[in-house]
Amino acid sequence: MSTPTATDLLPRLSDAAAGAVREGGDGDAVDGMPCRWVVSPADTAGVSAVLRVAHDEGLAVVVRGAGTKLGWGSPPERLDVILDTTRLDGLVDHAAGDLIAVVGAGRRLDDLQADLGAASQWFAVDPARRGTLGGLVATADGGPSRLLYGPVRDLVIGATMVRADGVVAKSGGKVVKNVAGYDLGKLLTGSLGTLGVITEVAVRLHPVAPVHRYVTVPVVSTRHAHALVQGVVHSHLVATACELDQPADGAATLAIRLDGIRPGVEARTAGALELLGAGAEASDDPPAWWGTEPGAPGDVRLKLTHEIASVTALLDIVAEASDRASVPVDVRGSVAVGTVTAALRAAHHQRDRAAVADLVDHLRAACSRSVGASGAGGTGGSVVVRDADPETKARLDVWGPVPALDLMRRVKHQLDPTRVLAPGRFVGGI
Amino acid sequence: MDVEALTAVLTPVLPEGAVITDHQRLRTYECDGLAQYRVVPALVVVPETAEQVAAVVAACAERGIPFVARGSGTGLSGGALPHADGVLIVLSRMRAILEIDRANQRAVVEPGVINLQLSNTTRPDGYYYAPDPSSQQVCSIGGNVAENSGGAHCLKYGFTTGHVTGLELVTPAGELLRIGGKAPDAPGYDLLGAVVGSEGTLGIATSVTVRLTRTPESVETLLAAFPDTDTAGQAVSSIIGAGVIPAAIEMMDALAIEAAEAAVHCGYPAGAGAVLIVELDGAAAEVRHQFDQISEYCTAAGAFEIRIAQDDAERALFWKGRKSAFAAVGRISPDYIVQDGVIPRTALPEALRRITALSVERGVRVANVFHAGDGNLHPLVLFDDAVPGEAERAEEVSGAIIDLCIELGGSITGEHGVGSDKAKYMPRMFTADDLDTMQLVRCAFDPSGIANPGKIFPTPRMCGEVPGRHQGAHPLVEAGLAEQF
Repeated sequence: MSTPTATDLLPRLSDAAAGAVREGGDGDAVDGMPCRWVVSPADTAGVSAVLRVAHDEGLAVVVRGAGTKLGWGSPPERLDVILDTTRLDGLVDHAAGDLIAVVGAGRRLDDLQADLGAASQWFAVDPARRGTLGGLVATADGGPSRLLYGPVRDLVIGATMVRADGVVAKSGGKVVKNVAGYDLGKLLTGSLGTLGVITEVAVRLHPVAPVHRYVTVPVVSTRHAHALVQGVVHSHLVATACELDQPADGAATLAIRLDGIRPGVEARTAGALELLGAGAEASDDPPAWWGTEPGAPGDVRLKLTHEIASVTALLDIVAEASDRASVPVDVRGSVAVGTVTAALRAAHHQRDRAAVADLVDHLRAACSRSVGASGAGGTGGSVVVRDADPETKARLDVWGPVPALDLMRRVKHQLDPTRVLAPGRFVGGI
Repeated sequence: MDVEALTAVLTPVLPEGAVITDHQRLRTYECDGLAQYRVVPALVVVPETAEQVAAVVAACAERGIPFVARGSGTGLSGGALPHADGVLIVLSRMRAILEIDRANQRAVVEPGVINLQLSNTTRPDGYYYAPDPSSQQVCSIGGNVAENSGGAHCLKYGFTTGHVTGLELVTPAGELLRIGGKAPDAPGYDLLGAVVGSEGTLGIATSVTVRLTRTPESVETLLAAFPDTDTAGQAVSSIIGAGVIPAAIEMMDALAIEAAEAAVHCGYPAGAGAVLIVELDGAAAEVRHQFDQISEYCTAAGAFEIRIAQDDAERALFWKGRKSAFAAVGRISPDYIVQDGVIPRTALPEALRRITALSVERGVRVANVFHAGDGNLHPLVLFDDAVPGEAERAEEVSGAIIDLCIELGGSITGEHGVGSDKAKYMPRMFTADDLDTMQLVRCAFDPSGIANPGKIFPTPRMCGEVPGRHQGAHPLVEAGLAEQF
């Protein structure tokens, strides 16, 4: 494999993408790494043609939708081509009576929700989620409503992908109930574009509930947080979501969302006010922080998972690590599902980078302790770095320990043996 | 394969009596729930621990011997059909419920635990295991994991894959791995999503961590009788169209009702051309309101009788007719094929009309039982094997129904799996590239192709060079299942 030059490849990429190619600019860098070209194929065949060129020439390709989560994962080892999916934005099929839609991966989620809303249906990830459908699938980041509707992978019923060698393959189908063949959609979900390029996704839909209510309650301690979460999950409230907001320098709040028909939601709201106790309030509107990322742009963000009965341990561990490193940490997320985001408020200078790295190590060590009934143990979950500036990220172990990593490497090796797709971006340098 | 050599290796690592070589005893394992396929395995082992399963698989891997895992043997696609030159690994002695963790809404079970047994154990604490295949009184959780089993209530609650959060897995190389756990979203690829539903081709689960579901505050069930399937189908459309997702919507046609009456005397309304069973569950205030709505939709669509279950006993009676329908067909026909296909739910009236037309045209009776809410059809194709030509005609009609499902945009299987039975239909639903890509995933788990070979894929794929195995021909080549190019 020779090192290709720009003059050799630009015409070939241009042919593959029917002219939709340009040179990369500053705004196209991924984790600080510049790209040489940005191609925007208009259909699955175009994606296939681009990948064939990349595969033949040993180019490294990173897939980009709206680019809202492009910094997640480790920085790519190499980068030649950004494969921009935003022209793959068709609403291919919305079979309202079957509660399914087939959608181009580049369609924006807000556009999709608007399409579906006309039929009083929705794709049950939170409206606050930005970006494209393909990006959502690649990052598996669904948001609060996951508690009731399940994770993104459960809403994906079929996928068309293009392999690193340009071969187009689909799995699943257009019906929700289907066990024919392997469910490649699940393997692609959360794979950060390292196994294939998703070009079309079939998703299951849900009816929009006529009434939504939110019930919020101030949280006075980490034990109180645990008690509230346990109260909600073991109740008959059938909460759509249950979110905790714990700012670094303020009081915590727990909020639940209830969806349904009016008499049902009213009865459950009354039940929730009673269950959540002192200070609980009901509202038609969510708290301002609902469904959004904690912290501010530029913060280092971590995804923490935990067993749902380890909420006290989770919050105590974060507070202790924060104090120890003198880095304020905001926590927000789906404590009844077991995923939260922590935002580390750190300015970008050398001392802070060391402190962040130390904090992440400390969190991992504490979370991985065996889970104890006393709340002094670990959380049973993992700590993964999401957003961080490139210099900070360079000092961090983004993924931490990964069980079954060798098997994951074998999966990658089978689907992308020459490492065309986002080399180095995923776990274990995959 | 050299049975004696393998027996000598396995006997010391397994409990006494756990290696079965006697031909008469081997024969009892020759088929699963799909009895038309029978193969006597070369060897049966009945391990009791994960380490023993791993040792058996490692011994197979070392020698390139195929193995097949079997739970309760209730599968309906021949997924646990043994391999004549292979080992059948029976997991029925691994029946311990290892942990019930109510605070985390999880249970950890061995693969041989019976589906319903788990729910019966957790129900006093207000929890149950939601996936409920009709065979739930006898089928195992490990088998459910292999098949990604559904059931009547998966319309609302989803399939096995949505309820498994962790597995201890013996890979086809004999490694014992843990994937997932009680917490969600372990970093890395969603291997759970790949393994659940892979029909025993990616490894054997030796422990399963499942989500437990809170028992609903309220459950209401109605049985509505319609003059025909068209009117019943109209009621289903109205219910879904109104934005109501019941826990289950099941339909049976006249022939299926006749069979159920003969077998279990379920007492469904006389003269019904179709019955619907609709179950709603959830918060009491919601259920009450929506239940009234559903009754109205049924009446508007033409239901001539609606019964509402007054208690659990009556609810059980409604379900008894439905859940026993497959076996009940034995009362009205000496032989029958249970088909499992899926269509988009809105295509239900067209599918039923065309199945009726097929039935009339070919002179083959078809009883219809199905999960109407999600378009999962279970046509029962009736025949008498004693009459020459009938079995072939029934097989043709059954195949034509599958073609119809594909044509209407559905699937060749909704819950029974591909197994041995439907591998031949896979190319009608998927391209060669689709199947090739799936098999690349298989190669990552099972480069030698020894885990349940011959299932799912009509043509096995060679995985390229297998590290560390260069002696002799590839086992698939030796077995005549593949050619090496």
